[in-house]
Amino acid sequence: MSVDMSQFFGVFFEESHEHLDDMEHLLMEMSLDDPDIEDLNSIFRAAHSIKGGSGVFGFDALTGLTHVMENILDLARKDELVMTKVIVDQLLITVDTLKGILTCYQNEDEIDWATIEKDTKALEALLSGGDQADNAEDENEQGYGFYKQPVVDDKDNEAFGFFEPQEDDGEETAFGFFDDEDDDSNQTKDVAQNASSESDDGFGFFDDAPGSDQVANGGSDNSANGQDAKAPIEASKAVQDVATSIKKDQPNNNNSPKSTPASDNKPRAKRKTQARSESKESSSIRVDTGKIDSLVNLVGELVITQSMIKIVGKEVHGETEEKLDGAIDELSRNIREIQEAVMSMRMLPMSFAFNRFPRVVRDLADKLGKNVNLVIEGGATEIDKGLIEKLVDPLTHLVRNSIDHGVETPDIREASGKLAEGTVILAAEQRGGSIIITITDDGAGLNRDKIMEKAIKNGLDVSEDMPDSKVWSLIFEPGFSTAEQVTDVSGRGVGMDVVRRNIEGIGGAVEIESHQGVGSVFTIRLPLTLAILDGMCVSVKDQTFVVPLTNIIESMQPEKDQLKTLSNDNLLWVRDEYWPIVPLYKLMGIEGAQQDPTNAIVVLVETSRKRFAILVDELSGQQQVVIKSLEQHYKRVSGVAGATIMGDGSVAMILDVESIATEANIPIEKEVTSVS
Amino acid sequence: MSASAQVSEQQTENENKREFLTFVLGDENYALDIMTVKEIRGYEQVTKIANAPDYIKGVINLRGDIVPIIDLRIKFNVGEVTYNEFTIVIMLVIEDRIVGIVVDEVSDVIKVGDSEIKSPPEFGVAFDSAYLHGLTSIKEQMIILINIQKLIKSNDLALYDAATEVEQA
Repeated sequence: MSVDMSQFFGVFFEESHEHLDDMEHLLMEMSLDDPDIEDLNSIFRAAHSIKGGSGVFGFDALTGLTHVMENILDLARKDELVMTKVIVDQLLITVDTLKGILTCYQNEDEIDWATIEKDTKALEALLSGGDQADNAEDENEQGYGFYKQPVVDDKDNEAFGFFEPQEDDGEETAFGFFDDEDDDSNQTKDVAQNASSESDDGFGFFDDAPGSDQVANGGSDNSANGQDAKAPIEASKAVQDVATSIKKDQPNNNNSPKSTPASDNKPRAKRKTQARSESKESSSIRVDTGKIDSLVNLVGELVITQSMIKIVGKEVHGETEEKLDGAIDELSRNIREIQEAVMSMRMLPMSFAFNRFPRVVRDLADKLGKNVNLVIEGGATEIDKGLIEKLVDPLTHLVRNSIDHGVETPDIREASGKLAEGTVILAAEQRGGSIIITITDDGAGLNRDKIMEKAIKNGLDVSEDMPDSKVWSLIFEPGFSTAEQVTDVSGRGVGMDVVRRNIEGIGGAVEIESHQGVGSVFTIRLPLTLAILDGMCVSVKDQTFVVPLTNIIESMQPEKDQLKTLSNDNLLWVRDEYWPIVPLYKLMGIEGAQQDPTNAIVVLVETSRKRFAILVDELSGQQQVVIKSLEQHYKRVSGVAGATIMGDGSVAMILDVESIATEANIPIEKEVTSVS
Repeated sequence: MSASAQVSEQQTENENKREFLTFVLGDENYALDIMTVKEIRGYEQVTKIANAPDYIKGVINLRGDIVPIIDLRIKFNVGEVTYNEFTIVIMLVIEDRIVGIVVDEVSDVIKVGDSEIKSPPEFGVAFDSAYLHGLTSIKEQMIILINIQKLIKSNDLALYDAATEVEQA
């Protein structure tokens, strides 16, 4: 081919991933009783686009699988096939497989043909499943259902010239549609390394199903027919109706081994998802995040340069001074606007992270035999893209945890007087400069006794009269799991500690509130953005530090009678509380700083769990600062969250109040009450 | 250009030579691979880092990047540690990380072929011989070739977190 197709690969991969995500969402939202024809059309179109693109680029693995998928969807949207949970499940599995294949092509990895064939067969079985039963019952009509296939196919091939380089119709239909022999012969052509007989064993998706022989036999019978059949087109519709209605009655016959018995008749996990807020038509362009990041950096530089000009401008006097001042003010306003605009480019709605959860919940609830209703709130809350990426894993873990450990099985729930269906609420909201994400379940709640027992067994330092909040946070310790059984979902005790570490790694904090028998709430508190922070600049000797404004309660110059000393620690009596004083000069190793609190300033700060006062020389003003990573060229420094560049071009450290509290050994209790 | 320099130029063509930047620490001449050098600039005021070892002077703002500055004179106990308008900082890029090293003086760029490098002595140099390529001499002057990548990445300097160390190993 004279055109270098590889330049279009990137776009194809991105678009296909998007199509697959769309398909997943639509499948998840589809109601089985009354499927929305528009949704079915959208899913069909998505599958079709992927098939088309993959055909052009020669990604055969995608073509085959999407083709069968398309067939099912086509029947469904023409109302000739009733969507059942089994079909939706299988389609979702296929979406996953397609994602895998796409990634393989993207990374130029080896394609897992076994899985593809397994999924292809599973889908075919769904397509023909009704016909099988049909065959058994009524021999006259045997196999008509199959003839639909080549017809649909023909149409497609005519409409889109994607398959030209490939074999003719009969061959193509055979691929991934008919029985093993055909598949193998076709595939050995496509992929030499695929050993024909061995791969068969791997596909045993229906091995246990009673009708599996039939499938094979029926398939091969029909393959012969299929080759020469110029199929009777119209006849199939009636058959199909019969077929699908039979199929509805006996879904267990071709059930996937994963679904639990008795799961099919109950309406499962109803989901209310946030209405997709953004309209699909909104125009957008794809921009590499690296470009946005460098833009953010450049704007940061611009802010600094502007401050420099301002400083230099102070040296100008006379008439020019006024003009210059005006111009600089204008400049700073413009820069601020640019900064805000650039920052908003990095913001994404929380739904980017939340949208995956209906699927996670559905799969998990099925697996565990629980009824779970997932409610998503505040999906439109905007948050920095960098944070979203880092949030997905901890959130997934917490949600899985809520379902696995929190929500009880239906019979237990009913026995304790709750609705059989459990509810998990995933919510996000912006509160001041933070994003609050909560994962609420109405399950059993944490079991204090079990946690204490486990903590003692693990040799943790615990006492019986610990407050609940402290007990709950024990589950974030490494190797902690109170699940009675280790499942493949959770319970191995790896995870919760990672969750906390990940969340703290992005400057957040996680808290637990739980009541036995009522449920638990996991609250994640995050900064709005990683890149910009409102801070109070404080100075100690000649060094400037930035204290995040979100941590500051107030600043003051203490009076002598407010100071108390308790075993060498200075305490400050403010607002009917004693606040431990942490001198910043000591923490940062600065000599010659003001040591007498009555001549200095204390900044009262609070973190999620602790309150204390930081002793500094003076306050030098409030400012928005661009956060720069110290780790990029150096390493993490304890007590410091990052660095920023001040108006004069110098570097100032941003204090990490949370880690200062840990370092300075501030007791977790908010009050130190034992002082007389 | 002197005659001897021309001779060494001619040798270059036959032999695989590398370029080194020579600098002075105390009384000794050192050289490092010029491909690691980003730029050379004067010493400027740094922002101190809490609880860092004394040879890590602090960080500076290098056009938006927060870059650590280390003083090899303190680390290896050579020369007098003074900072004035002649104090030089060599900015290095080692595996995408930027670091500045303070030296007394930057002198020249030399080309050295592999055959001209003699193995380093086990002692007598401030640096651990593990961080040296070897010795060479230019115009009767001994120059110590430093394996700067190894030195900067070493646990000895503890510039990076242990985790990154493993990653890079």
